[in-house]
Amino acid sequence: MSERDHSVHSHTPRAARIGIYAILVFAALFYLTPLYVIVITSLKSLQEVHLGNLLSLPLRPTFDAWREAWSSACSGATCQGVQVYFWNSVHLVIPAVLISTAFGAVNGYVLTKWRFRGSDLFFSLLLIGTFIPFQMILLPMAWVLGKIHLENTIAGLVMVHVIYGLAFTTLFFRNFYVTIPNELVKAAMIDGAGFFTIFWRILLPVSTPIFMVTIIWQFTQIWNDFLFGVVFTSGAIHPITVALNNLVNTSTGVRRYNVDMAAALIAALPTLLVYLIAGKYFVRGLTAGSVKG
Amino acid sequence: MGKLSIRNVHKTFGNNVEVLKGIDIETSDNQFLILVGPSGCGKSTLLNIIAGLEASTGGDIHINDRRVNDLSPRDRDIAMVFQSYALYPSMTVRQNILFGLQIRKVPREERERTLKDVAAMLQIDHLLERKPRELSGGQRQRVAIGRAIARDPALFLFDEPLSNLDAKLRVEMRDELKRLHQRIQTTIVYVTHDQIEAMTLGDLIAVMNDGQIQQLGSPQEIYDNPANLFVAGFIGSPSMNFIPCEITVDDQGAGLQMQEGDNRLVMQAPDHAQAALRERNGQKVILGIRPEQITHKRVSQLDEADTRLMTATVDIIEPTGPDTLIFIHLNDTKVICRVHPPEAKQPGERMELLFDLAKAVFFDPQTEQRIA
Amino acid sequence: MSDAHDTPPRPGVRDTLQRLMPKLVLSPTFLAAVFFLYGFILWTIWLSLTRSTLLPNNVWAGLAQYRYLFGNGIWWTSLINLGIFGTLYIGLSMAIGLFLAILLDQRIRGEGIFRAIYLYPMALSLIVTGVAWKWMLNPGLGLEKLVHDLGFTHFSFDWLINPKMAIYTVVVAAVWQSSGFVMALFLAGLRGVDDSVIKAAMIDGASLPRIYWSVIIPSLRPSFFSALILLTGLAIKSFDLIMAMTGGGPGFSTYLPANFMYDFAFQRGQIALGAASAVMMLVAVGLLVGPFILLESRRKSDV
Repeated sequence: MSERDHSVHSHTPRAARIGIYAILVFAALFYLTPLYVIVITSLKSLQEVHLGNLLSLPLRPTFDAWREAWSSACSGATCQGVQVYFWNSVHLVIPAVLISTAFGAVNGYVLTKWRFRGSDLFFSLLLIGTFIPFQMILLPMAWVLGKIHLENTIAGLVMVHVIYGLAFTTLFFRNFYVTIPNELVKAAMIDGAGFFTIFWRILLPVSTPIFMVTIIWQFTQIWNDFLFGVVFTSGAIHPITVALNNLVNTSTGVRRYNVDMAAALIAALPTLLVYLIAGKYFVRGLTAGSVKG
Repeated sequence: MGKLSIRNVHKTFGNNVEVLKGIDIETSDNQFLILVGPSGCGKSTLLNIIAGLEASTGGDIHINDRRVNDLSPRDRDIAMVFQSYALYPSMTVRQNILFGLQIRKVPREERERTLKDVAAMLQIDHLLERKPRELSGGQRQRVAIGRAIARDPALFLFDEPLSNLDAKLRVEMRDELKRLHQRIQTTIVYVTHDQIEAMTLGDLIAVMNDGQIQQLGSPQEIYDNPANLFVAGFIGSPSMNFIPCEITVDDQGAGLQMQEGDNRLVMQAPDHAQAALRERNGQKVILGIRPEQITHKRVSQLDEADTRLMTATVDIIEPTGPDTLIFIHLNDTKVICRVHPPEAKQPGERMELLFDLAKAVFFDPQTEQRIA
Repeated sequence: MSDAHDTPPRPGVRDTLQRLMPKLVLSPTFLAAVFFLYGFILWTIWLSLTRSTLLPNNVWAGLAQYRYLFGNGIWWTSLINLGIFGTLYIGLSMAIGLFLAILLDQRIRGEGIFRAIYLYPMALSLIVTGVAWKWMLNPGLGLEKLVHDLGFTHFSFDWLINPKMAIYTVVVAAVWQSSGFVMALFLAGLRGVDDSVIKAAMIDGASLPRIYWSVIIPSLRPSFFSALILLTGLAIKSFDLIMAMTGGGPGFSTYLPANFMYDFAFQRGQIALGAASAVMMLVAVGLLVGPFILLESRRKSDV
């Protein structure tokens, strides 16, 4: 993306510029308010929640709601808080991201540097997979997971996420490796390097950007997933998204809004942090993924 | 070192496109073979086939009398330099040069020695720890050549290596390449679309067009005795003039009918062409004559057997410094002449021109082959 | 100089393995796609043609499930809801996204910060989004109370529990989540517009808004289609947000096809009916998204 010569814009009148900034700031407030509300609600006692309103700051901020959300909140039958489910998600995300990214990388390598008859067609068919509503695979997958005894396990969920993440990870790496000149591969072949040597020593060292994009994208998708979690796991194996939903929507008794918000924050923190730290890779993933084919 | 033998090599691509239609080339040791031709002629494909990066559909390739058709590139004992240099971006210059040696498990001492020699030969000692993105175009080119030399192969392959350099650098590198060839005493196969590069660098030139070799020979041979219209027009800049003429035979021999403006005259054909042209009374031929063979009237040359005089109207002039190019019209064709700048007349004026037909060539208009 | 080998090395196991390696490497993904993607799609279609209820059985039912589906009031409700939700979601996200992108294109100081703020909702799970907005629009303690505290004591905001208005609350949350993404797409598209065309328009005397309208926005066609394709897909698949915010209610006023599928397939023991609803979702995606994809890919091959 080249820096555009902004001579076009140097003529906007001052009043218009003030208006523009005003709108942008107002929009920013719109996007930030829910986060603000989540945070301050989570820092209030339940009494303050009832006494104050959405935007009022806590008079006596406390982390009680957080503690409760983490270790003692009741969702469904158990009252262990969301920590169990948080770790479930962690155990899910790490292998799923690593495996799907690894496969995506070699797939992208083969599809761009070792093309053969049908490889382009294969890629197109794989890409179609990114449009399919997953409702089409839920029933068969549930049946298959049962048959191989992986139903209601994190391993089973990892398998599901890897399989259905392959299309995206392959897309990312393929679009990236397409930009690397094929003459590099030819030179390496003449130098005597084989299939894996070329991948390992020539392509991987320059692949850091796309690895970042893919890992962050997969991490966000898998951590935030709900559908696979709610269909393929139950009880103690739930990932945190399902647990959060259970906590907020299926618990009985007095609604503890502050605990709900704290739990939401716990669920949101990992992906939010990743976004804050490595946001530019996230954006690249969004725009790269949408330039398909 | 590096006898290359290409016998009847064919290449057809999947959708029945025949890219190479039977290529035969035999080189000696230490040859500088040039594959030259317009884009799409098949020269790069042929190079890839020699390298083993593509398979031929038919024919044989022998390197040093060893049949290499079934061998992968790494086993053919070749090295290749690419147009884009293809240096490994994540490695330093040192690592780039040593990569192939490492894969072949060459012992450390030998590797270091080779590196030292190569770096000294190409004057890149001071660049060894840099990465490719920190090098200029010319430096990258040298590193790519260094990587190739380090392999100590039986055959060097160059794929348009100077195309990405600016004009001045290109001329410098050309000289270096020539000198390099003398030092390394190994056959080089060099692909280019630039006929000047072909002429200055090579000692054996294969002019290619449309998947076939149009002519194989030394630079001078190809320049003086082109086999057909294509070769004649491709080599030489500004290119050879092609003047269609009708043959008139009288008792003095064969003559070429010329029309210049309103004037008609018959120019006697040169001695070397008389035999062939006498049989074509009334037929059309194409006279091929290079610009430098049409000059201003030089009294000293008037006596030579095959010189002819003619006056023509100057159309445009292009001063190039050492000469001035004069454009005239003969037989409805634009003809370029090369004259000494002080002698050049102005556009619109009439000028006397000396045609040296001793080196003129004649082509059959239908077959485009040379007939004299 | 190098020694010539006495006998040429014969192509052996190593070379064959090297030749096959690309296909070998691709094969796990290939098998996964064949079985777990296309195989499962066929399987689900098959299921929808059987009488399966709690467990899959192979009793042929023809199109019975589909007849039942389209005679089912809940299904029709979910379709109508999808229509309302989808149109508003896509329309508003596109409009807001484009608007913000154009504003941000005006050489704004702090552009990076604004972009980061508009985009962060995409990093959140739709469950988190749903939970947050559910709280914010909580009748009694949420928006209503806030406005009361600001002095407008007669303000009431019960949309979340109002069957007629609940769907619009979901729209708001969904637009909040996705409009930043649309903005990012359009901004990238805006930045890719050829400078010289804009300069030509300026020399022709066009004003800035005119330049945007006649020159720049028309060239955003690819971005427009990318956004449209993605948003349509997201709308049809919407499930998480509904579950978190309203559970499909009140009643069935925010019930969407994805909710129907989950409900009937996994809660009510009606696998075949659920499968049929899933197939209909696939058909919807195919009909709505397919033409656009074909259009765009054909355009690209013309270029």
